[in-house]
Amino acid sequence: MSLVADAAQFLTDPASWSGPSGIPQRLLEHVGYSALTMVIALAVAVPLGLWVGHTRRGGGVVVGLAGALRALPTLGLLTLFTLLMGLGLLPPILALVLLAVPPILSGTYSGIAAVSPALVDAARSMGMTERQVLTRVEIPVALPVILGGIRNAALQVLATVTIVAYINLGGLGRYLIDGLAVRDYARMLGSVVLVAVLALAADAVLALVQRLVTSPGLATAGDRP
Amino acid sequence: MNWLTNNWHTVLDLAGAHLVQSVLPVVLGLLVSVPLARLAAGSRWLRPLLVTGSSLLYTIPSLTLFVVLPLVLGTRMTSVVNVIVALTLYVVAILVRSCVDAFESLDRDVLQAATAMGYRPARRFFGVELPLAVPVMVAGLRVATVSNISMVSVGAVIGIQSLGTLFTDGLRRSIVAEILVGIVATVLIAVVLDQLLRLLGQVLTRWQRPGTGAREAGGRRRRDTRGPGRTAGGARDATGALAAVESGGARA
Amino acid sequence: MTDMAILYRGVSKVYPDGTTAVDHLDLDIPAGSLTVFVGPSGCGKTTSLRMLNRMVEPTSGTVEINGQDVSSIPAAKLRRSMGYVMQQSGLLPHRTVEDNIATVPRLNGVSKRTARADARQLLASVGLDESLATRYPAQLSGGQQQRVGVARALAADPPILLMDEPFSAVDPVVRQDLQRELLDLQKRLHRTIVFVTHDIDEAVLLGNRVAVFARGGRLAQYTTPEELLRAPADDFVADFIGRDRGFRSLGFDSATVALQPVAAIVSGTGERILLGPGMRDGATGDGGTDDGGAAAGRVAPWQSAAATDPDWLLVVDERRHPLGWLPVSATGEPAPSDQLRVGGTLWHDGDSLRTALDAALSSPSGQAVAVNGDGSVAGVVPGGDVMRAIEEQRSARYDRPEHP
Repeated sequence: MSLVADAAQFLTDPASWSGPSGIPQRLLEHVGYSALTMVIALAVAVPLGLWVGHTRRGGGVVVGLAGALRALPTLGLLTLFTLLMGLGLLPPILALVLLAVPPILSGTYSGIAAVSPALVDAARSMGMTERQVLTRVEIPVALPVILGGIRNAALQVLATVTIVAYINLGGLGRYLIDGLAVRDYARMLGSVVLVAVLALAADAVLALVQRLVTSPGLATAGDRP
Repeated sequence: MNWLTNNWHTVLDLAGAHLVQSVLPVVLGLLVSVPLARLAAGSRWLRPLLVTGSSLLYTIPSLTLFVVLPLVLGTRMTSVVNVIVALTLYVVAILVRSCVDAFESLDRDVLQAATAMGYRPARRFFGVELPLAVPVMVAGLRVATVSNISMVSVGAVIGIQSLGTLFTDGLRRSIVAEILVGIVATVLIAVVLDQLLRLLGQVLTRWQRPGTGAREAGGRRRRDTRGPGRTAGGARDATGALAAVESGGARA
Repeated sequence: MTDMAILYRGVSKVYPDGTTAVDHLDLDIPAGSLTVFVGPSGCGKTTSLRMLNRMVEPTSGTVEINGQDVSSIPAAKLRRSMGYVMQQSGLLPHRTVEDNIATVPRLNGVSKRTARADARQLLASVGLDESLATRYPAQLSGGQQQRVGVARALAADPPILLMDEPFSAVDPVVRQDLQRELLDLQKRLHRTIVFVTHDIDEAVLLGNRVAVFARGGRLAQYTTPEELLRAPADDFVADFIGRDRGFRSLGFDSATVALQPVAAIVSGTGERILLGPGMRDGATGDGGTDDGGAAAGRVAPWQSAAATDPDWLLVVDERRHPLGWLPVSATGEPAPSDQLRVGGTLWHDGDSLRTALDAALSSPSGQAVAVNGDGSVAGVVPGGDVMRAIEEQRSARYDRPEHP
């Protein structure tokens, strides 16, 4: 159990908390990569999911596309893109976006598509334009499911950003890769514990957001599995 | 292709290791989840415990588990046992929740009819409850399998052998072909296993039209809603639960 | 005739797969009337309704509302100008009851505060408590949801109200309430209501005019409910109306029959009294009604009471509400109270002949018991009198001289 003690010492040592390779700096990098990834993935997947869900056209293509993307190993993409494009931020962000798109896309699409046709019919017959049907009825009703998908994507991205350290970038995975190189198991342990804590905290925040923006009239929909 | 012809033996070995690390957890996870879910369904304390626990567990990154488990199990850090145990935990986390929902959503009338016909509890479970919960279980298994196959490769980062080794090795030696072979092989395994599970699901649910099954069994029983709104809300709820399972996806 | 609010002119709807939903429909709907489209499923009644707000576009022909071709009005604008109530209330689950009702006014640019205040007032007019305003649809019963649906349709104060099987998903008891309330509402508001149903009884009960659609989208008959029951245009309509249409048509004739007094016994006290027109029901036994003389409710001996059946005694409670009938023996003694026969249906003076006849047919004594508004006995009518009244009405209808 001295390993645990060593890991704890690494995490509590003031030296670990300062400087360009200190925990705050690594945490910032980790969250930064994740946020950048999510912004791009959201910009791609949400409009596509909304459009396909609303028109109910091309649903099969979207489900198939999401499934195919899901089967792609992120580590493989990361290494492939790095070899093809060289070092830098682009290869890992591209690989991570491909990881984040499927859950957002299928959450948005299936959330919108699952809105009862009778409800959409009622909205149209009250005189809502297509845009109003989408923004005032379909999105609010599908919001729990859409946010469920986003929450899932965010967790996967936060967890996977750890491996971008493998291609010499920062983030909390830095300690894992560096520790591995010098057989410093305590530092590896400290690294993965930090990532786990970050994931748990992010999940709690997102769960809170999900609860806050979900209308109480929508009860239990959209919980994660 | 040159690289593949020279190294197909290695690729085959790694694919075998990859398959073991991703399929074994699915089987073990299924064996653990079903009885656990049946116990938890309707239980006052076990249900919230399991639901919260699995949700928390699912939040823990796989790399964290790969590194922490040797400490708990006393294994070497590069041992495949760590991956198998970690992924089994994820499979349980995905399956328990949807299985609990499936068992709780079973039509009470059907169960009472089964009991009235003289089914004993054990027979009723295997003869009635389990088959009716199959659609949701298959949906959960497919998500778990595809996500496992993707996660196994991550182990390569800390030296656990799998198709992921082709990625780390390919990067170190700058062999694009090696990485491409790794990606294609991983996707191939995922697609084949996913389709096998789909077929299995179809065979096990011949008693219902494909497509409607998962929706019915996936629906959570809502206790406080009445009236026609229930139909609309209920349908959204059920599809939502399944959508939530489906958006579970791969993670590293 | 009053001015026409809605005109269908040669309207057809043929789907790409060749099925004809509506076949050359010509129909004039008067302003301020409640018109019911009725027919079996797949007869085009809902399709015809949905052409009014352009949820369905006709393949040929024109639909005019207040002299304007609907296809010339932008769909969203047209739809906001009329209320729409559907079978599944179609309430937005993420909005409270008041915000649901306020939907169309809000789309029309009414401020949130005004729209909500109006919504609360509408709640009362559809028989809902204002405390429900902040609930969500899922927290309401089916009947309550339909009421909110009606309130929402009324919110923008539209002259035209479209109702697509609005009451068919609620249980029969609630449905009756909703139907009665709709009739009350229409008495107050005088909207042009087009109401779709597959239930001929609902059609006959609610409609000023009923349009019966046959399979293939053909309009089989369009007339008043009375006429529909008495003179169905063809075998299809007769068949669709179903059994008992002669009996049901009695529902449109009010019963003008003379009430007669009835000998009664008060349960508990055993006191015998005479109830009915001209009888004052005094507090018997304590001398309080002596000044009433012969008109007082008390009779002794009770057999001498005129115009009542000597074989039966009506049992009432102390509030003079009917409880049932007791047979009377040849010697004039009522049977012991355990032989009480539960009474028949009741009717109010002014009810239809159908109700009066049913009251007579269901009564053990063959006498239809009429009650006052407070539920106390107003008198009885022997079944024979009801039959005579029916015969009089019939002969008045068919033997009416052509030239006065």
